[in-house]
Amino acid sequence: MLILHCPHCGAEAAETDLTPGGQAHLRREGPGASDEAFEAYLFQRDNPKGVHFERWRHAYGCGKWFIAARATDTMEVFGTYPAQTSAPPRELLDRIAERRPDWRGRGEA
Amino acid sequence: MKRYSAFAIAREAARYHTGWERAWASPEPRARYDVIIVGAGGHGLATAYYLGKTFGITNVAVIEKGWLGGGNTGRNTTIIRSNYLQDPSAAIYEKARSLYETLSQDLNYNVMFSPRGVLMLAQTHHEMRGYQRTAHANALQGVATEFISPERVKEIVPIIRLDGPRYPVLGGLWQARGGTARHDAVAWGYARACSDMGMHIIQGCAVTGVRSEGGRVTGVETSRGAIGCDKLGIVVAGHSGELAGMAGFRLPIESVGLQALVSEPVKPCMDIVVMANTVHGYMSQSDKGEMVIGGGTDGFNSYTQRGSFQHIEETVRALIETFPMISRLKMLRQWGGIVDITGDRSPILSKTPLEGCFINCGWGTGGFKAIPGSGWGFAELMAKGRSPLTDAFSLDRFREGRFIDESVAAGVAH
Repeated sequence: MLILHCPHCGAEAAETDLTPGGQAHLRREGPGASDEAFEAYLFQRDNPKGVHFERWRHAYGCGKWFIAARATDTMEVFGTYPAQTSAPPRELLDRIAERRPDWRGRGEA
Repeated sequence: MKRYSAFAIAREAARYHTGWERAWASPEPRARYDVIIVGAGGHGLATAYYLGKTFGITNVAVIEKGWLGGGNTGRNTTIIRSNYLQDPSAAIYEKARSLYETLSQDLNYNVMFSPRGVLMLAQTHHEMRGYQRTAHANALQGVATEFISPERVKEIVPIIRLDGPRYPVLGGLWQARGGTARHDAVAWGYARACSDMGMHIIQGCAVTGVRSEGGRVTGVETSRGAIGCDKLGIVVAGHSGELAGMAGFRLPIESVGLQALVSEPVKPCMDIVVMANTVHGYMSQSDKGEMVIGGGTDGFNSYTQRGSFQHIEETVRALIETFPMISRLKMLRQWGGIVDITGDRSPILSKTPLEGCFINCGWGTGGFKAIPGSGWGFAELMAKGRSPLTDAFSLDRFREGRFIDESVAAGVAH
């Protein structure tokens, strides 16, 4: 079972306490955006076999949203951080780079 | 190719079964082909088969990273049905179902198609209305289904409990010519027929890159060297995003785990397929006597071919409410596959931004039943540039808002 550390309340939350929320750090397109940009925002998703950033809600705990960096091929969890940010924290990216030297960065599969 | 027949069995019995030939050849890849299909699962092999049989294109290679039919073709619960609401879905699934009817004769390979009937339980008033609407739509589409009463449900499935505590059975959508087939045999039968037409099936060969020149596909790079082609068909289910990345475009697809399990074998107790979509569980009995059970998908991306334990628990809990007699069955084994789920939960059979490159993916949780129809439509699309079966399933529907509001491949029971 997947266990994620909630960065808000500090609990080690089991999967059944959490609600998955899909890809993290989507940038919402506003009025005037092109059809392509809006299609990308609504439907096109990162789907890497490897490092993935995704939103989770601690639904049966503190109720708050956070973001987890997880490997989709091994289920390894690199870390979690609060959702009120537009990019992953530097130290987490460094940790991932250390564990996965071949990783090319977010959105690069 | 030596034909399989009763006579062949007698002939081989008389000579200690020394004359059976390999069902398909394993040739070295050539430098180029007219068409390369990536992925030797059911959909990929069916595409190759109809390219040859219907459109006369036989200079074809089917490239497979693992082994033939080793992905979702060998991991599903083998259910075949076509009782869909929307016209494009009903058309392609009914095409598939009708091809399954004669597939064994067509391929000279017993795929054990068993039109035993598929029953979808209505357990809420919402489902009652939904399935009645589907039955009416099916009547217009020429798909033989009917909405039946709880009494009739009990008649067809004596082991069912109609008055469950949470979700009593209020009726059901019954497709008498739905059923099951032997999933491996579908892949093997198509592979044998493709090999007989001179096509190359190349297993253990991973595609590592897509070659293009001036916006047009020219071939693929593989673990066994570069191979050229005029047209490329990507039919790799869960790994579609990876291949699309190599070809330089993105997909509205996420890959998640879906699980199934089978019980210890018991004597025959249920001779149809029952699906309970409200409680996310479905069940049939295999010819070996095992109860074959499928459940829901995980809510997060995964490539691990295993799933979360609580989904098994939820599925089994729901089925025990509906079928109390299975409560003491031991489960023999459980497995997972990676399914590719699109933004509107319907498949994609489409041209791509890279000319000459086509993609067939997004079947999500409902791919096995569609194999012959998907192969037929995708072969026509690749050979002629368009197909009436696949028109509605193009990639640009996401930009244009032409969704197929079906939840064909929803993360629920199929």
